[in-house]
Amino acid sequence: MTEPSTSTIPMVSGRRPEGGHLEELRTDPIGLLERVRSECGDLGRFDLAGRDVTVLSGAGPNEFFFRAPEEVLDQAEAYPFMTPVFGEGVVFDASPERRREMLHNQALRDKFMRGHAATIAREVTEMVADWGDEGEVDLLDWFAELTIYTSSSCLIGRKFRLELDRRFADLYHDLEQGTDALAFVDPYAPIESFARRDESRLALVDLVQGIMDRREAAGAPEEDDRDLLDVLMSIRHEDGSLRFSADEVTGIFISMMFAGHHTTSTTASWMVIELLRHEGAMDLVVDELTGLFEDSDDVSYQALRSMPQMEAALKETLRMHPPLILLLRVAKEDIEVEGHRIAAGEMVGASPWVSNRIAEDFADPERFDPSRYLDGREEDKLNPWTWIPFGAGRHRCVGAAFALMQLKAIFSVVLPDYELTLAQPPESYQADMSKMVIQLQQPVRIRYRRRGA
Amino acid sequence: MRIRIDTDLCQVHGVCESEAPDVFVVEKGADTVTVLDPNPGEAQRDAVLAAVEYCPTRAIIIEDDEEGGA
Repeated sequence: MTEPSTSTIPMVSGRRPEGGHLEELRTDPIGLLERVRSECGDLGRFDLAGRDVTVLSGAGPNEFFFRAPEEVLDQAEAYPFMTPVFGEGVVFDASPERRREMLHNQALRDKFMRGHAATIAREVTEMVADWGDEGEVDLLDWFAELTIYTSSSCLIGRKFRLELDRRFADLYHDLEQGTDALAFVDPYAPIESFARRDESRLALVDLVQGIMDRREAAGAPEEDDRDLLDVLMSIRHEDGSLRFSADEVTGIFISMMFAGHHTTSTTASWMVIELLRHEGAMDLVVDELTGLFEDSDDVSYQALRSMPQMEAALKETLRMHPPLILLLRVAKEDIEVEGHRIAAGEMVGASPWVSNRIAEDFADPERFDPSRYLDGREEDKLNPWTWIPFGAGRHRCVGAAFALMQLKAIFSVVLPDYELTLAQPPESYQADMSKMVIQLQQPVRIRYRRRGA
Repeated sequence: MRIRIDTDLCQVHGVCESEAPDVFVVEKGADTVTVLDPNPGEAQRDAVLAAVEYCPTRAIIIEDDEEGGA
């Protein structure tokens, strides 16, 4: 066996003596990731403050990436920026075994979806109740607040959700903004977004502590009136004290809600923007809904039915605006990918942003074109290893079905009743790439007007 | 038709069980779906195709034989 060398994987240009490509990752990650592919091909490296990151793209390397077991490519160590958000001891991602357990025991199984759809429809209906006949909203603020309510209601319980308001959503937003890539060097570096992240997490713990204190004072609830917080509070030490402190409960709730929150709120925002800035796109979706609602206006039923136009538009939104642009692992052993050697300890990444735009797989990739999933084209299914907004393989997003159902339910409530229009120039809607959690640059204003008003 | 599960991909969502309960079953604690009948008859074809279509991880593979199943 010859001595392998990672030097065969080319390093992308733009490496600085200080920090390598860290500054570029913090300010223009898309530019960096796109350049890795254009300069280096399917395998290229960048330098993350002294640590090599090999970025894979294309079907072959991606398939390797997504099929690799935990013992080869480990996810748990790859996201240091999440530790201060969740709290020590709450892992960013569970093992595949644990994920399967979550699917079995928790709320994401297929058979629970209809109940969730009803819950979501109710939350959306309550949020639009104070809209009036016409007005303006910031899409990101609105969807971020809504998805705090939907995710807490579905995953923790309606009872807990009713104790939350806008404050919880604002604090939660600070956590998402506290994911600067500088965390790869020091998650507690003295920068403003990290300071605010830590203050807001403490404020969330205070909110949860208040809720727990009120429940403790009220005494144990009836069995059929319990939500997840009641269940956690029922677990006690022998002396009667709580097994889970407010800090731990907050960490558990933050982590449960995290994966489905910014992802869904940014996708919903982009969906509206793309439908409005492409002529005729919104009409196709609204006409389809109108047709379906002639049968039944029960959203909990409709959101689980096939909606080809809506689903195609959602898929295309996700392809062009994947909520996660770089998925990371740590190599646990020396590995070989397509003849190239990656050493144990290095980081390995796959980029939904880059792979979703490979022109050989997605013709005219910068064009928003929902019809690429219709009429037998099915570019998502033809390209299971490069159409990867949800990842793929054993680490594929376990909430994907829930997410799509949720988005369908939200739009099934809003779009038939309100006509939406852009309140800003179409090109002013831009992603905010300054954090590892990608959002949109605010403001993201749109106007609404009740149909027939 | 013969059914095969790509166990690297299966996350046990249970959609196949909903679509084709006579063919797939999710057993408690299992780390992959159980195929009750890997060689189901024509009567199951539509249900199995729906399971393939709606499997969130595309983990179900159909290997068609010449006779098209018994």
